[in-house]
Amino acid sequence: MIEAEVLTVQDLVEQALDAATLPTVVILQERTEANLRWAGNELTTNGQMHTRRLTVIATAEVEGGTAVGSISRELSGSDGLLEVVAAAERLARSGPPAEDAMPLVGDYPHQDPWQDPPAGTDITVFADLAPALGAAFEAAAAQGHLLFGFAELTVTTTYLGSSTGLRRRAVQPSGRLELNAKTPDFAASAWVGAATRDFSDVDIAALHAEASTRLGWSATRIELPAGRYETLLPPSAVADLMIYTYWTASARDAEEGRTVFAGPAGTSRIGERLSPLPITLSSDPVRPGAECVPFVVAESSQGSDTSVFDNGLPLTETDWISDGTLTELMRNRAWAERTSTSPAPPVDNLIMEAGGTASLAEMIASTERGLLLTCLWYIREVDPEKLLVTGLTRDGVYLIEDGRVVGAVNNFRFNESPVDLLQRITEVGRSEHTLCREWNDFFNRTIMPPIRVPDFHMSTVSQAS
Amino acid sequence: MDAARLSRLPRPGEGVVGYPSRVHTVDVSFLAIGLSRMADAALSRARQLGVSHADVRIERIRQATRTFRDRSLDSTNDSESLGLSVRVVSDGAWGFASGITVTPEAAALLAEQAVATARVSRPLVRTPVELAPEPTYPDATWVSSYEINPFDVAEAEKQARMLDLSDRLLRSAGVSHTGATLWYVQENKFYADLDGTSTTQQRVRILPGFTAICVDEHGYSSMRTLAPPAGRGWEYLIGTGWDFDAEIAELPGHLAGHVQAESVDAGRYDLVIDPSNLWLTIHESVGHATELDRALGYEAAYAGTSFATVDQLGTLRYGSPVMTVTGDRETRHGLATIGYDDEGVQAQTFDIIQDGTLVGYQLNRQMAAAQGLDRSNGCGYADAAGHIPMQRMPNVSLQPAVGGPSTEELIAGVDRGIYIVGDKSWSIDMQRYNFQFTGQRFFKIDNGVITGQLRDVAYQATTTDFWRSMEAVGNEDTYVLGGAFNCGKGQPGQSAPVSHGSPSALFRNINILNTVAEGGQ
Repeated sequence: MIEAEVLTVQDLVEQALDAATLPTVVILQERTEANLRWAGNELTTNGQMHTRRLTVIATAEVEGGTAVGSISRELSGSDGLLEVVAAAERLARSGPPAEDAMPLVGDYPHQDPWQDPPAGTDITVFADLAPALGAAFEAAAAQGHLLFGFAELTVTTTYLGSSTGLRRRAVQPSGRLELNAKTPDFAASAWVGAATRDFSDVDIAALHAEASTRLGWSATRIELPAGRYETLLPPSAVADLMIYTYWTASARDAEEGRTVFAGPAGTSRIGERLSPLPITLSSDPVRPGAECVPFVVAESSQGSDTSVFDNGLPLTETDWISDGTLTELMRNRAWAERTSTSPAPPVDNLIMEAGGTASLAEMIASTERGLLLTCLWYIREVDPEKLLVTGLTRDGVYLIEDGRVVGAVNNFRFNESPVDLLQRITEVGRSEHTLCREWNDFFNRTIMPPIRVPDFHMSTVSQAS
Repeated sequence: MDAARLSRLPRPGEGVVGYPSRVHTVDVSFLAIGLSRMADAALSRARQLGVSHADVRIERIRQATRTFRDRSLDSTNDSESLGLSVRVVSDGAWGFASGITVTPEAAALLAEQAVATARVSRPLVRTPVELAPEPTYPDATWVSSYEINPFDVAEAEKQARMLDLSDRLLRSAGVSHTGATLWYVQENKFYADLDGTSTTQQRVRILPGFTAICVDEHGYSSMRTLAPPAGRGWEYLIGTGWDFDAEIAELPGHLAGHVQAESVDAGRYDLVIDPSNLWLTIHESVGHATELDRALGYEAAYAGTSFATVDQLGTLRYGSPVMTVTGDRETRHGLATIGYDDEGVQAQTFDIIQDGTLVGYQLNRQMAAAQGLDRSNGCGYADAAGHIPMQRMPNVSLQPAVGGPSTEELIAGVDRGIYIVGDKSWSIDMQRYNFQFTGQRFFKIDNGVITGQLRDVAYQATTTDFWRSMEAVGNEDTYVLGGAFNCGKGQPGQSAPVSHGSPSALFRNINILNTVAEGGQ
């Protein structure tokens, strides 16, 4: 619930801009959240939260260029607002020139309903989910297993105003549900997840049925050693690997020789074919079901990818990989100008497609012998030069023989480079909306396919179950 | 030695207590919020609604981050969050609500929302929530040990110091690029509950880091400073607690050695692990594995469970007899150090592993009650007013051997091995069995002598195998307090600062991977 207020959020933005004596961007984000968490077939914690964060980004001409100061503060009213503006200006005036300095983004035509109040949510968003969850708890108890998980909806309304006259508004709902089923001895585990914008499309009974089916596959346990296996990765696991790849796709880092996308002598690998398959990896702020804020919102700069000077810049569909070839890397306006290229700021969704039509079930059916993964976990970079990452399998590794799952296999630690995997993928299935497992705290708008890798490297066995 | 046992806790009623170096008081601008009025409004409304427990937290967290790339300021942001939350147990169910309006009326409204939330969830709760009892601490105040609050230092002075160190690094031979980070925090916490406890606290912490990068015909190499984040102020960067000038001067030489190093042959080696690396292994394989909420399954869907199950308490041979691990919230300059936790429990020091055997878990009040224990050991924490407190890691530290060997003496006892310094990549499974770590630098040991650097090294082991292979721990002089600002746990995700003290230690016959070979290249 949002507290009663006299000043509107738009008033706060305008007051901050009115008080500014320097070229300034003001970002106000109103965020409401509701969540439920459960373990062992009962609810454990729950809550509803409300925050309002004001960020003032002031820019000042200093010796040698333009400096920037960014101050963020939780505000309930106008108390402290002028102080935030003054602090941002002090910080800007005392700072060195910013490498990413550019003129602030000017006004341009758009259809944002600037005057609309913030959207929001509260605990009642789970009015239908809660009883369905209760029914699932009872069903799980009857079937002899335990349910664990989390449901969350956050709604963030962003108001971005600039001393250039630009005013933009966007509402970003982000919902996720994770359902984890375990046997009472925790020896077997299955996981299903869903990304949502409002929970109206979340069917707990169906998700529980899928988790139960997977848990049933664990009735037969098979021990396998470490090694390279033909492996089917479901969309969720593919999302976790591709998100990590996306996070390393900085043009400047590549051109400075720091990443897997580095080319020879100060160049990047743009133009190089990364996969023999017609894989496209893209972002699109208006992709149905994965819509995200269609303009840059940056409280602080990040490398040469995200710049506070670019706040308000429209985001458009961007192909990072097209038809198997690396076509773009992330860069802000300043780095684009310096390298005579076009800006390509990060967008908050990721889509991988290759025209595949097979579902995961169909790919299982066409597998003679291989592993089926559920999730990847604790993914960490080992070697940035190759983007070698390590991590674990989790919540179900299954052995497929002659087109059907014949049992559950022990977990493994893997060491793999997702960029190297692009070269080795032999089949890409039908892309679908999916919730990644490891990164869904930060990134939950992905459309990914299942993939087949002929030789996925399971480095060691993990005893975890 | 910077060990927990040497620090001293304030007792209730002692008023403001700092450490001998310099005594600070709680920021008057935080006190000016009218903390008691908010608490009274929320708690009295909760009492009217018939709850069995209610607590109020008001938290203000000031953070500043500066990142630098080569000789330029890359990004800057100062943030401040202020919020109020009410947590209740109503009819055996938790309810929580938080907001940003800090008025008595808003506080009372949050109490109503928290009770309403508890009522929504009550039908889905089978086990009524119970909390272990705790003495009350009325009007207690605590402030951490630091000398200079970084927020009181002129911006130009801070940036100049960082840029000067970056510049020295960048001017060194073999350094193509540099990166630097400065992150500091002032955290103010107010807590009050229906039992009568009321605590007001302040702590300051700082995280400076510098990375040197070499891009040449050998490819990409990098090396980061070993300086750990610390519960200190700006003095940390100018000579108290760490010598940054000396470390910056040494770093290019270490990087050059790394660039020229031979790639390791995979296989089994004896390892001498420096505390700058071992703190992270302690964190992942001991710290998280001995959280009772994990062992009981509360984190099963996300962070995971633990191989160290409660039925093994008192019997599990976690490590060799030289392994003794404590948990504490008392270590001076520790990142998890505080006077009272976010459930009003006074800070303590407790045993987790004694002579190699699992003897204790980290607890909050609910976990303690669930295990039939009469008191929490003070590990309740929330990273902001808007988040629900849960059991979080205290400072978890491996104890040194009094009068034990030096690092050089540990190395001298190795025929074929590697001395590992600094943390880098880390990964461990959801039951804390299988882990893989890399490091900043790896020194080859031949017949008790360091003969140069190796590269492409990762060590991989199962937790109990690893700790049982620990033959010796170093003496007090080898002991260093490492740590991190950002230990993640829970849903919604929360970030916690935590320290880990460790001596150097000797491990026998550990599996070493060659990371290039692992990548199939």
